[in-house]
Amino acid sequence: MKILKLFLIILFIPPINILKADNEILKNKITKNLRCLICQGQSVYDSDSEFANSLKIAVDNKINEGLSERQIYSYFKSKYGDWILYDPSFNKNTYFLWLLPLLIFFIGGAIIFNKFLKKSK
Amino acid sequence: MKNKLLPFSIVFVFIIIFFIFYKGLQNTNIYTPDSKVSFEVPSVSVKLFNSNEIVNTLEIFNSDKFYLLNIWSSWCVPCKQEHSILMELTKNDNLKVIGINYKDTKKNANNFLKELGNPYDNIIFDNKGTNAIEWGAYGVPESFLINKNRIIKKYIGPLSKGSMQEIKLFIK
Repeated sequence: MKILKLFLIILFIPPINILKADNEILKNKITKNLRCLICQGQSVYDSDSEFANSLKIAVDNKINEGLSERQIYSYFKSKYGDWILYDPSFNKNTYFLWLLPLLIFFIGGAIIFNKFLKKSK
Repeated sequence: MKNKLLPFSIVFVFIIIFFIFYKGLQNTNIYTPDSKVSFEVPSVSVKLFNSNEIVNTLEIFNSDKFYLLNIWSSWCVPCKQEHSILMELTKNDNLKVIGINYKDTKKNANNFLKELGNPYDNIIFDNKGTNAIEWGAYGVPESFLINKNRIIKKYIGPLSKGSMQEIKLFIK
């Protein structure tokens, strides 16, 4: 009986570890995309400030509560605004930021295309 | 014509870039989160400092009175500076001061209150700093003026005499 119990315990340890490891990977991913507001220029993951350490605990709690990555980002966004995210979402404040590279790419492409067209003529 | 236009346009672009950067130099590079006025009191379970009881925040801010939520800590030097202002504000009957004890030990916090006086009607114990996040705070001290479950004013940093006058005007 003892051996059976031991066997069962050993059997259940690896899945729990994997689950923990998955959470750790997700936590690292999220904290790398959150900006530390105290030591600006550093992510929460890199920072060791009081604020960053609290944020790491909060991310951990949210993951344990079963929130998805997107839900966790929107939670922090609701508390601190867009600035806390390194990867800001597409909205009326950021559409210029997102669309400018595309716009430059198309204008540049059009100029090059025009030149080629002139040369071939 | 083309040769004349090129240096002119380069200089023009550089002047524009110069002015953008020059203006940028004058801006502060320290970001403060949008001080969202008029957002609701977050509904979360918190631990009370004195009784260790777990209560919901809405139970603390339940009356029609004004509340000043103050995030403080015994290790925070600016908190000592603003403490006399908090003591002064407690004299108003229309205002209750609630504290969030941020990342502190009970022993140090109690010594701090014994030494400087206790302006708080109630204290939330936040030894991990996660309660302060619910309020959108990122340091100590920070204060929030609350009425009817809404935050009407946020003060980042220690309260000054000017902010005390402002609070008094609000609660009149």
